[in-house]
Amino acid sequence: MDIELRGITKRFGEVVANEGVNLRVRAGEVLGLLGENGAGKSTLMNVLCGLYRPNEGEILIDGKPVAFASPADAIRAGIGMVHQHFMLVPVFTVAENVVLGVEPVGRLDRLDRAKASAEVAAISRKYGLEVDPDTLVETLPVGVQQRVEIIKVLFRAADVLILDEPTAVLTPQEVEDFFAVIRALRDAGKALVFITHKLNEILDISDRIAVIRGGRITGEGRPADLTPKTLAEMMVGRPVSFDVTKTPFSPGRALLEVRDLTVLRDDDAVAVDHLNLTVHSGEIVGIAGVQGNGQSALIEALTGLRRVAGGTVTFDGADITHASVRARHRAGIAHIPEDRQKSGLIPKFTVAENMVLDTYYDDRFSRGPSVMWDHVAEKAAEAVMDFDVRTPSVYSAAGHLSGGNQQKLVVARELSRDTLLAIAGQPTRGLDVGSIEYIHKRLIEARDTGDGVLMISSELDEILSLADRILVMFKGRVVAEFDAAAGPVDKGAIGLAMAGAAA
Amino acid sequence: MTTAADLPQITKLDTGRERQARIAGAVLVALSVLVLFIFAPGATGSATFRLSRPTDALPLPDLAVPSSPFLYIAAAFLAFLGARQFIRGGGRWTALSLGLGFGIAVMALLVWAATGKAFSLTGMLQATMVRAVPIALGGLAGVLSERVAVVNIAIEGMLLAGAFTGALVGSLMGGVSGLVAAVAIGGLFGFILAALVVTYRMDQIIAGVVINLFVLGLTSYVSSQVFQQYRSLNDAPVFRAVKIPLLGDIPVIGPMLFQQNIFVYGALIMVAVATYYLFYTRYGLRARAVGEHPRAADTLGIDVHRTRYINVTVAGMVAGFGGAWFTLGAVGRFDEGMTGGRGFIGLAAMIFGRWHPVGALAAALVFGFADSLQQKLALLQTPIPSEFLAMAPYIATIVVVAGLIGRARAPAADGQPYVKE
Repeated sequence: MDIELRGITKRFGEVVANEGVNLRVRAGEVLGLLGENGAGKSTLMNVLCGLYRPNEGEILIDGKPVAFASPADAIRAGIGMVHQHFMLVPVFTVAENVVLGVEPVGRLDRLDRAKASAEVAAISRKYGLEVDPDTLVETLPVGVQQRVEIIKVLFRAADVLILDEPTAVLTPQEVEDFFAVIRALRDAGKALVFITHKLNEILDISDRIAVIRGGRITGEGRPADLTPKTLAEMMVGRPVSFDVTKTPFSPGRALLEVRDLTVLRDDDAVAVDHLNLTVHSGEIVGIAGVQGNGQSALIEALTGLRRVAGGTVTFDGADITHASVRARHRAGIAHIPEDRQKSGLIPKFTVAENMVLDTYYDDRFSRGPSVMWDHVAEKAAEAVMDFDVRTPSVYSAAGHLSGGNQQKLVVARELSRDTLLAIAGQPTRGLDVGSIEYIHKRLIEARDTGDGVLMISSELDEILSLADRILVMFKGRVVAEFDAAAGPVDKGAIGLAMAGAAA
Repeated sequence: MTTAADLPQITKLDTGRERQARIAGAVLVALSVLVLFIFAPGATGSATFRLSRPTDALPLPDLAVPSSPFLYIAAAFLAFLGARQFIRGGGRWTALSLGLGFGIAVMALLVWAATGKAFSLTGMLQATMVRAVPIALGGLAGVLSERVAVVNIAIEGMLLAGAFTGALVGSLMGGVSGLVAAVAIGGLFGFILAALVVTYRMDQIIAGVVINLFVLGLTSYVSSQVFQQYRSLNDAPVFRAVKIPLLGDIPVIGPMLFQQNIFVYGALIMVAVATYYLFYTRYGLRARAVGEHPRAADTLGIDVHRTRYINVTVAGMVAGFGGAWFTLGAVGRFDEGMTGGRGFIGLAAMIFGRWHPVGALAAALVFGFADSLQQKLALLQTPIPSEFLAMAPYIATIVVVAGLIGRARAPAADGQPYVKE
């Protein structure tokens, strides 16, 4: 089945997400769709799978124009989407998730669970997608959940599969398995659209590549004719430097010492299991690992947001295991949280208000019970200039800034204080290349001025380019350590450790 | 070979569970002290429990419990359970011990109150079932709407509307018409709630409160202004108990389950049907998907809004039926605010019952038991003032919801409006 998009334009109010996009997808082919976050990839694919209706343009299947009023129409036409954020019901079984919406039923509308399981098992055998139909989805690792998503699409007899950032949650080894599945599907005559912002992956798997920027297609070609550099330029619209320049590594005294740290999740399951680590001044320690191996709980415990169940945390010689969040702030720990929308800033507050969330009580900004807003605005204006936050004014709502500028605002607030240690969780997730470059630069600056930096990221490339020392976390423990200052680290070895092999 | 050095180091973890176990232990010890020093000393003679009534086909002999030994044994057992919590640190035993402990404490209370008197156990269980009906139906209405992620605070108002409509239409056109009208009015309010929160995305709590206040105001006005003058408008027939042959003759259980009126049978049937619908049918699966992950449901072609409309409307009909119990099933006349918070207790039953119809029914029986207990204790003339006894159902609600349920999991999308684009 061939699909053609002709002149697709999609607007959300004033914002143009896609403009005059033309794109073809052919049977037996993997089309790589490359673009930064916010370039309009997901919008375009949501148009194709019937979730959004385009303002202009048309979709043709095998040359005939079609109109999708709902996702159900697109499914019926044979188009299936595997969403970046999985569309699975965690408390349902694999089979229930797969058949949802097209359930086999018997008398009295009774759900035929046995038939559902059998059909799921048949598909999983046919395409080599191994999974037990009767387990609850919430108990499965993300790599397997993704297989469930793919089975779900195949169960609906889809000929076109759209895969939205499918590798974001996978380990390097899982990515290899996943690519094997994609190739098998392609060879079975399916048309696939592979959406990503990762250059190496798209060159590896695609038969044809289209690049999208600012809602338009800015380049197309075959992987053989393209290099990562040319692709990156098409994606960003200017020359990009991949190299991070760092001064030589010269660690100082130990700043943060974590001994036998144990942290529990909300349901009392062990999230961090007797973990040990040390961060020295003047070094960046990167924690690699697949999401969900206790990284979030570790950050929360170190920053005082989650109770420590066992072990000790020492900072600059003082025991801070049970210290309050504010005490940690004052001792000089900066925290760049994982989710800027949820815990990094208050979207409805202004830029100035967000800038002093941690210091408003300070003598500089408060006199008695009243806040001196002019001082706050002054300080915010300084920080905004210093950290290149692009905002119409310090009185604009933080929520109206772009993702990159929101994150720069968080970084500005945290690093403009006098700090000794920065703890950063996924500091560049979902940002444009420019903002990523900038935030990396500031983190390295912090390190060069003698701060310690503890960075957690699920993007291995980010860790490889920044960290002086790399720790790999798996099931709540540090399972491997790599010295990145000495020379290049073997990516394969890290990948194995991320999958738990070194443990 | 594993040596001691290879084994993972075992350290004591500071979990919230231990603290819970200690609290449970303290509660159990306190109950033991209560039984030992308040109930046991004055109890001489024995408490007689009647297990059947004179008219029963298969009469059972009365059960005579020697009060003093029973109370001392109960106190000792409670103390043992409490001590066990402190020593063993609870774990999954905490909830069980606590439940067992409360059961024993209630039995001790009964024995103490009935010492030297005769007390009809069968009568109390029958009353338990009857009093559980509106709570169970309220809880079931809550389950049906929260399973599609609509928080239904308006159940209280729907019960009241059902009670009022049942009385009014029942007086004019007979009991069956009154019942049908009560179900219809409940469905109407369910539909209105769905419209407010699904289509107009009004805050679900506020929408529910608005409906409650509206119904309370309107029914109070009509009953005080109109019913006072035209008493014939508020004089509905009452559905009498219908004894089911054979089953109704089983001792103890028979009177409780099979010598009841249409509301008790209706509630039991609805719980069964709702369980089948939610967990064994295609549309139930879809409804639950809408409550857990509406976006996923939408991408699979399930109409989230329609599903919510239908379920919330049906929930309203169930609540309307439950409301009719107050008038057509009990006293035959409407009084201002006569539902007395049963809708809210129904929501508590829903949570206690972990969003499952059968669970909600079981929880409703606990509340119904507390309700009938206070009534019987008032008749036995215990030294506890009747005002305090009347609080029993509400105290049971607080204890159960705050202390016993642990971490029940609500549908993941509960309370959130679904916005398509």
